[in-house]
Amino acid sequence: MEILMIIIAGILFMSATYLMLSRSVVRIILGTTVLSHGVHLLLLTMGGLKRGAPPLIGEEASAYSDPLPQALILTAIVISFGVTALFLVLGYRSYKELGTDNMEKLRGNDGND
Amino acid sequence: MAMINFLILPILVPLITAVILIFLNKSVIAQRWVSGLSAFVTVILSALLVNKVKNDGIQTLNLSNWDAPFGITLVSDMLSALLVLTTSIVAFACIIYSFKGIGEAREKYHFYAALQFLIVGVNGAFTTGDIFNLFVFFEVMLMSSYALILLGGTKIQLRESIKYILVNVISSGLFVIAVGYLYSVVGTLNMAHIAARISEISGISQPGVISIIGIIFLIVFGLKGAIFPLYFWLPGSYYAPPAPVMAIFGALLTKVGVYSIIRTYSLFFYEDGGYVQQVIMILAILTIIAGIIGALAYSDVKKIIIYNIIVAVGVILFGVSTMNESALTGSIFYLIHDMIIKAALFLLVGLMATITGTNNLKQMGGLIKNYPGFSWTFFLAALALSGIPPLSGFVGKVLIVQGGFSSEYFIGAAIVLASSLFVLISIMKIFINGVWGEPKTYANEKTVPYKQLLIAPVILVILSICYGVGADFIYPYMSQAAESLINTNLYIDAVLKE
Repeated sequence: MEILMIIIAGILFMSATYLMLSRSVVRIILGTTVLSHGVHLLLLTMGGLKRGAPPLIGEEASAYSDPLPQALILTAIVISFGVTALFLVLGYRSYKELGTDNMEKLRGNDGND
Repeated sequence: MAMINFLILPILVPLITAVILIFLNKSVIAQRWVSGLSAFVTVILSALLVNKVKNDGIQTLNLSNWDAPFGITLVSDMLSALLVLTTSIVAFACIIYSFKGIGEAREKYHFYAALQFLIVGVNGAFTTGDIFNLFVFFEVMLMSSYALILLGGTKIQLRESIKYILVNVISSGLFVIAVGYLYSVVGTLNMAHIAARISEISGISQPGVISIIGIIFLIVFGLKGAIFPLYFWLPGSYYAPPAPVMAIFGALLTKVGVYSIIRTYSLFFYEDGGYVQQVIMILAILTIIAGIIGALAYSDVKKIIIYNIIVAVGVILFGVSTMNESALTGSIFYLIHDMIIKAALFLLVGLMATITGTNNLKQMGGLIKNYPGFSWTFFLAALALSGIPPLSGFVGKVLIVQGGFSSEYFIGAAIVLASSLFVLISIMKIFINGVWGEPKTYANEKTVPYKQLLIAPVILVILSICYGVGADFIYPYMSQAAESLINTNLYIDAVLKE
């Protein structure tokens, strides 16, 4: 199961890299969200995947899954949600101000650089 | 309040202030008073914290009373206490400069609140003893820096902040991945506990895994701290925002990356046979060279100072990578010196650009005639930056070079020495072209509140001179800071209370 999850995480990273290498700002932002999904999946896998045991059931439990990666992922999801929201607004605003969403044309040279 | 909670105050005071400031956005005057006073209180509290660490040793606080390896622990050893103090001082100076230097439009749109949140993040990152909490404080700091770099929404700011945010999102992703890997190997997040676990397992098996995690951490912190070849984003991004923001970024943000490298490498990755250490040393030397090339190549005053940040990061990391006591003490000396003097130089260069209305050296000249106060302050700051005795850069560099030679890293130490010379050339270029020569008249120079803007850099330069002249008095603090980096058991025992 872990192997499968790690391969899926790898595919997510691959797609994210592909998207972030493109010229359009929107695709780049989508790439960052896909990247954060890959990161969260990897983090979950790193704690070890188990079946049929809740995280905390007292001290005599024979099996339990590790609650810590889940807590970390929750924090990381909230943070990446906030950053993505900001990034989308920035993308929209810079499209309106600069008149393009093409990274190649964002190089400057228009007198204020 | 119990005195054990003292180390959280430099995080808590800016946090509460920031929340208050959000509600005061209508009144610029009230915002100035509240943020100025709060920054001053933070300086005093952090000075008291340094004193407390000096007298009583490493301070720890287990948040919500969860015992050490399980909950989040805040740890204040001498290094982090000193950095918190320096951060508070730099922030205070930048806030004073902003009263006249940032413009009312930005002040009304939560400039001071974002600045206080940034201080929360930076002080938190310096104080935390938990690797995931470090990530969270990094994000607090980055979010406020996104707000600060965007505030104003000019074209260059929008363009540069897309790149800045993208780079930081990627490095945050890598940070979480590195934390995940580390957790799967050692099963804990408390930094002292991680260090103890790594030294348990490294004798038995798989030091290679630890080295790989070390390199991923190096990429993450290297992106923040702008080491070679990960500094590519820095010159463009730091160039975009106005001078006080640039000063805060240049003085604090890269230093958080450098601090994290110092902390994690002294705790986790020193036992892997020196592989990570060698990588850091080579990268540090290349960073110095890359920074010098940039600093000499440009004739834009802001770009010259920005590339000097990169040189300083290289010098500090070279001292750290030698891992002997003299060079480490020197690195800490130089780190704090650099935070103060870079803030001063950015504010001075910002003042220069405000007076002349241009960043280009070729269109400036003769400022010493009409602005002698500015010119002499700049001259002192320039000498301090390049490490002329008895100013503040000197002691740090001497100790780093001494440590480098005594550990027989001759090439690196020689490059650090030579770098001083090139730094001096790059900064004297500003002085010769901008300050000497025929006085010119500039379109808007009459409207610049020159005297008020000069206050903050003068405070910082005076501090930097005291720091250099009083090196004998400061040295015990620095050697205490270096001691807990070399003898990491001090840090580990203080946290785990064994």
